Order: sequence, then structure tokens, then C-alpha cells
Amino acid sequence: MDYQTPLAKVKGLGAAKAGTGHFWMQRITAITLIPLSLWMVAFTEQLLNASHQDMIAWLSGPMDTILALVWIIAAFYHAALGLQVVIEDYVHAEWIKISSIWLMKLTFLFFAIAAIVAILRISMIG
Amino acid sequence: MVEFALPKNSKLTKGKEFPAPENATNLKRVEVYRWNPDTGENPRIDIFQIDLDNCGPMVLDAVLKIKNEIDTTLAFRRSCREGVCGSCAMNVNGKNTLVCTKAIEDYEGTIKIFPLPHLDVIKDLVADMTNFFAQYASIKPWIETQTPPPADSERLQSKEERKKLDGLYECVLCACCSTSCPSYWWNSDKYLGPATLLQASRWLEDSRDENTGERLDELEDPYKLYRCHTIMSCTDTCPKGLNPAKAIADIKKMLAIRQQG
Repeated sequence: MDYQTPLAKVKGLGAAKAGTGHFWMQRITAITLIPLSLWMVAFTEQLLNASHQDMIAWLSGPMDTILALVWIIAAFYHAALGLQVVIEDYVHAEWIKISSIWLMKLTFLFFAIAAIVAILRISMIG
Repeated sequence: MVEFALPKNSKLTKGKEFPAPENATNLKRVEVYRWNPDTGENPRIDIFQIDLDNCGPMVLDAVLKIKNEIDTTLAFRRSCREGVCGSCAMNVNGKNTLVCTKAIEDYEGTIKIFPLPHLDVIKDLVADMTNFFAQYASIKPWIETQTPPPADSERLQSKEERKKLDGLYECVLCACCSTSCPSYWWNSDKYLGPATLLQASRWLEDSRDENTGERLDELEDPYKLYRCHTIMSCTDTCPKGLNPAKAIADIKKMLAIRQQG
């Protein structure tokens, strides 16, 4: 039995006073990714027919290193923000929702760091 | 967890088919969702043949004709019959609308009438609006001020200030928009929905209100506001021609300016 009023249910635990940062960064990363992804597609297209030596040389150039790093940070950040929304939309059991969001975020963080380390190794060690 | 199974009483069955009136030549086939909580049976689709030569022009006229002349057990809400009270919101041929302002001739072929989607059904076309109206109450839809009103007049507003309420004050809370929103379908326990957010915007835009910041505080939440993913079904379906999606975008803009500005 449940005697809580409909208004009390709607108000729940109150507003989280959060969400604007998430909303804003999703859009900022989306806009950032438009030119960066064009560069990434062009870069990858060249890599398809390049030798290993050429690829190392290109990725070691300061501009390409920076662009690759920024693309990885923006892409992983944007993907994590987007997947968080998908999980929040469709998963309703609180503990599964919270744990799957954090599992997803930490997984993305791990792969982002792995990608950054790989690029830095190519860039610095060759 | 994610819900894949349909809730109880979701599966439709074939209902009664009422015969066409004798000597009628201008017939319209109308299918109506019927569900009676007392029988425990699954909902059914009843089929009616409406004599358009002997019926008013609106879909509500057809529904009233069914109730008055064919099957008096049909349950539905209606009041003003001119798009002002917001009672007769139903889903007609897949789109939510006020049946009193929608003409029968706007529909080719069969007219299929269902209750508003994704609300609990009380009976037939009557949906449970409890949560919807509680959400409306939660945004405090009244003016909040600290400054007392002028001693000898009402609180004044310029024409420009009043103009900001156009497109917001006309909402009749029929719930067509909220119940057309997929995000509201999945999360109506937490997401306030387009109708309530449009009303929230109406008070945020009101130059006489002095609680804009507190109102924004109450909306800044990943669920209450940010479940809106700009799907735009709300604006597409609004029978009053309003734009709840823009009202929600304006709230998000206010919050972004407050945080980033």
C-alpha cells in the first residue's frame, strides 16, 4: 500500500542541480568533432596506402600528434556522454543504472588513455 | 532493468461490430479502443459505422453520436467542444489531438480512436492524468514575488514583456504533447514532459515573476528537464499549434547562459 501523494512522488528527492554541464559539453564536443573528424578521415585515408615508416613520420609531426590527441579526447568524451544518456533513458533499476554508467565511463577512460599513450609513444619514441 | 515485455492488458482483441444504420449512404467506419477494468478482459477494438449525413463535423461529434445512439457504455472526457478545456485529447489515427477541433473529413478511410498513449487507462478513452497534473503542480504555476504590488494598481507589464508570453499562455494542458514524447513514455516518473516544461517556461518568461533563479534551480536536473532529446513530437502534435520544443530549448538556453555567462 502506498499513501504518498502524487506531488510528493513527482518531487522525489528534488532537482540534482546538474545536467547543464553535461548538455553543454555534449554540444561543445560535437561541434569540435566536425572539423577534427574531417581531418581524421583524410588522415586515415592516407594511411591506408602508406608505408609503416611514412605513418610513423606523419604521426610524429607536432600538428598531427596534437590533432590525433584532441580527436581521441573529444571522441571518447562525446561517446561517454552520449552513452550515459542512452543508459539513463532505458535502464530503470537504480543500482544497475549507476553501476553500468560508471563501468562504461571507466572503460572509455581506459581506452582513451591507452590511445593517448600509443600516440605519444609513436610521437616521442617513433 | 530494461523492460522488454508488454504490461498486462496490452494485447488488443477484436471487439463488437455494430451494424450500419438502415438507409444510410454516407458511412464512416470508426474503430474505438474499449477497456473495462471491471471485467479483467484484454482491451478490444469496437467497430462503428457512423452516418455522416446525420452527424456533426468533428471527430468529437462522432464519439458523442456513438455514446448517445449506439453504445452508451463508452467512456471518454469532453467539456467545452471548442479546444479550450483540453479534456477530449485522444489518439486518432496514430496522432494525439483534441477531437473537438479535428474534423472528420480530415481523415481518409477508417478513423481509429485510442486513449492518449502510455498513460494508465481508467476506462475506454479515459486516461489517468494524476501524474501529469502533479507534475504541473510541482513547477508552482503561479506568480511568485517578494515586492508587494503597487498600492493603487496591478503589477504592470509593457507590451514587449507581455508579448513574451505569446505561444506559452495558450496551452490548455491537454497532454497531447507529453504523451506523444518517447522520452516521456520511458521516464514519465522523473521527466516533467513538454506540457509542464512549456508551463514552466511561461513563468520563467513572465517579467512580473521574481523567482526565475529558484525556478531554474528546480528544473536543473538530468531527468526533470534534460530527458528532452529534441525529438519534436510535442511540437508536431500540439493541437493548439504551440511549440513546446522551443520552450524547452529556451529553458536550456537560460541555464547555459546562467552557467557559462
